[in-house]
Amino acid sequence: MPEQPPKERVSNFREVALGYAPDMALAEAARCLRCKKPACVAGCPVGIDIPGFIAALADGDPRRAYAVIRQTNSLPAVCGRVCPQETQCEQACVLGKKHEPVAIGRLERYVADAFLADDACEELTGAPACPAGLEDVRVACIGAGPASLTVAGTLAARGIGVDVYEALHEPGGVLVYGIPEFRLPKAVVGREVAAMRGLGVRFFTNWVGGRTVTVPELLAKGYRAVFIGVGAGLPTFLNIPGENLIGVFSANEYLTRVNLGRAYAFPDWDTPVYPGKRVVVFGAGNVALDAARTAARLGAQRVAIVYRRTENEMPARREEIHHAKEEGIELFCLHAPLSFTGDANGRLVSVLLQKMRLGEPDDSGRCRPLACEGEYCELATDMAVVAVGTRANPLLPRTTPGLATNRWGYIGVDEETGETNIPNVFAGGDIVTGAATVISAMGAGRRAAATIAGRLLA
Amino acid sequence: MANTILRKRRLIPGQTSELVIDAPHVAAKARPGNFVILRVCPTGERIPLTIADADADAGTITLVYLVLGKTTAHLDTLEEGEAILDLCGPLGQPTHIRPHDGLVLCVGGGTGIAAMHHIAKGHHQAGNRVTGIIGARTRGLLLFEAELAAVCDTVLVATDDGSHGRKGLVTHLLEECLGDGSPVAEIVAVGPVPMMAAVSEVAGRFGVPCLVSLNSIMLDGIGMCGACRVSVGGETRFACVDGPEFDGGLVDFKELAQRLTAFRPMEQQSYAEFQQHHVCRCAN
Ligand SMILES: Cc1cc2nc3c(=O)[nH]c(=O)nc-3n(C[C@H](O)[C@H](O)[C@H](O)COP(=O)(O)OP(=O)(O)OC[C@H]3O[C@@H](n4cnc5c(N)ncnc54)[C@H](O)[C@@H]3O)c2cc1C
Ligand code: FES
Repeated sequence: MPEQPPKERVSNFREVALGYAPDMALAEAARCLRCKKPACVAGCPVGIDIPGFIAALADGDPRRAYAVIRQTNSLPAVCGRVCPQETQCEQACVLGKKHEPVAIGRLERYVADAFLADDACEELTGAPACPAGLEDVRVACIGAGPASLTVAGTLAARGIGVDVYEALHEPGGVLVYGIPEFRLPKAVVGREVAAMRGLGVRFFTNWVGGRTVTVPELLAKGYRAVFIGVGAGLPTFLNIPGENLIGVFSANEYLTRVNLGRAYAFPDWDTPVYPGKRVVVFGAGNVALDAARTAARLGAQRVAIVYRRTENEMPARREEIHHAKEEGIELFCLHAPLSFTGDANGRLVSVLLQKMRLGEPDDSGRCRPLACEGEYCELATDMAVVAVGTRANPLLPRTTPGLATNRWGYIGVDEETGETNIPNVFAGGDIVTGAATVISAMGAGRRAAATIAGRLLA
Repeated sequence: MANTILRKRRLIPGQTSELVIDAPHVAAKARPGNFVILRVCPTGERIPLTIADADADAGTITLVYLVLGKTTAHLDTLEEGEAILDLCGPLGQPTHIRPHDGLVLCVGGGTGIAAMHHIAKGHHQAGNRVTGIIGARTRGLLLFEAELAAVCDTVLVATDDGSHGRKGLVTHLLEECLGDGSPVAEIVAVGPVPMMAAVSEVAGRFGVPCLVSLNSIMLDGIGMCGACRVSVGGETRFACVDGPEFDGGLVDFKELAQRLTAFRPMEQQSYAEFQQHHVCRCAN
């Protein structure tokens, strides 16, 4: 797939992967073997009929291709860009055993981007007509990330009114405040949100569930069901000395400034971002890579990702690791942070690292990192970004009497229905699973929406 | 329309104003100690402002701000009838207010006086005896004296230049109150960081609990970013969700003061450009 060349893209925030041209998409689609028992479908968390949509595309029927995907995926343009295909559908593709697997994600993106729907209903469902809106049957969603957006779109397409209450000033969740423009343009999310508005979904931004309005109040107001999709969100820090020095940021803060606040366009946009020159990022997931590549685009001279295991164990999407290396990001593997040092003004100047080695595999099957006693190194740095995970945001559970959570604070739900222990209160996405993926949040949204629609339309 | 400015009062022309804003859903929930996060224009920054008063029946909240940078300067260009683009709240833990036998001393400095007012009012409504202690550099910069008089049993004033009330600092008045023998249940301080640090120090010396309301840098205001983190008793806490009020005796004020300077050069650049062009670049 065509990409912006690394040298060029490190100085802009435009999308790296440019998408297939029509002839390329058709050529790639033609590679699909149309297996009778497609392993790829089993590898997809939401079971998209992959050979079905690829065949439709190859047969010159993009409308049908789009409709096939939309049957099970509510956010194809997003998932085509950010799903970890290499551990899901593409890993299972039989072609991958000897050659490259079919580029399923790229084709999904192509279909979603290229298709021009006639109206909001077709845009959201791939179907030509949606039932007229029902009077007085409304559902509330709290949070406007992929889980809630899926609930909203799915229910609206079936005639159920949805009001989405989002704490931030823009809907989209991580898709807007976390994942950078160069990987997921905000316009892609904007198109989904616009289609939902077209079907009557109302977005109430700046409403904090549990503060501005609580779950019991929403039910009392007459909403027939409430879906909680507030994400994980609470950043974990490293818990080492010097962590509150100026120049040490959580990835959430750094990325929120740049993405939600458009700090890359400062001073045209007001939100500032720290101008790190020698940047260190801790972590090895998509979040860490997004932060590192953002720092490079904002003019850092050197960006190092510090990770206590090796590149093989990095949980980020392969494509992002590849792109990051092309962009000059250093992988500083087998190191773990011990402490930060600052100057007299409280600004970060260096970080002390412990050298590590790999031991025996642990429960997760990944090799356990072990400290090499007495082996340290110090890196000069003026900005550090901590991307080592998140915890459950306690706000909703705390303000919803009786809502059951597990011992980490994530909300418990019935896996089949998505319902919490409180009748007609549903939850899904990262606030249930812990930080996961867009597609799993989307899948959870679809399950909850199916239950809700089943009850309200019965 | 939601977020419309119903009344605007220029408390200190060009520097501090008070806005009464139509925001029924915020007003219904706003407790003393809560704050809001707002944005003035589509390209604007999110900033926190403490709720200085709230009237659930009228559906209004009151905000008082000091023009300090681009966002507050832009906010100050809005007039009655205009609306604030984004207004999110109420945020933060409300002040823990319970009935006391002893006095509650509410200390405020600068714009913090307005924020402190809501807390003093809460204590007053809970039946507590409240002494307000407020200070400013000079008489013209003193806010909310009359408003406080309505909710405090006594209001004591200090100015640096002696133009009104006692010449000196609020901490001098505080020490006198603590020294005169009448039992003091707790102290609440809202104002500039050095003032809150000094008040906490005095409170510690007299062994009286002291709450301070911290104005750290904030971004989301709902606990997702950690921009607002402060060290309290050696632990990292998030001011937006764990606070903004903490035990003054445990707060690392030096770190707080340093962290407030994190983006200073950029804030100055934004402000300077705004003053030059006097327009939001988004051109509304
Ligand atoms: C930087 C980054 C990169 C990522 N990259 C990938 C990737 O490449 N591929 C992938 O599959 N996944 C990726 N993920 C993970 C993925 O984004 C999440 O799993 C997914 O967004 C979870 O969706 P959600 O709807 O549960 O929550 P979120 O997307 O977190 O949305 C929750 C929303 O709820 C709002 N909210 C929170 N509290 C409240 C409240 N009290 N009231 C109202 N609203 C509230 C939040 O502001 C937010 O808008 C990434 C995550 C991050 C942070
Ligand atoms: S402002 Fe983001 S966590 Fe407090």
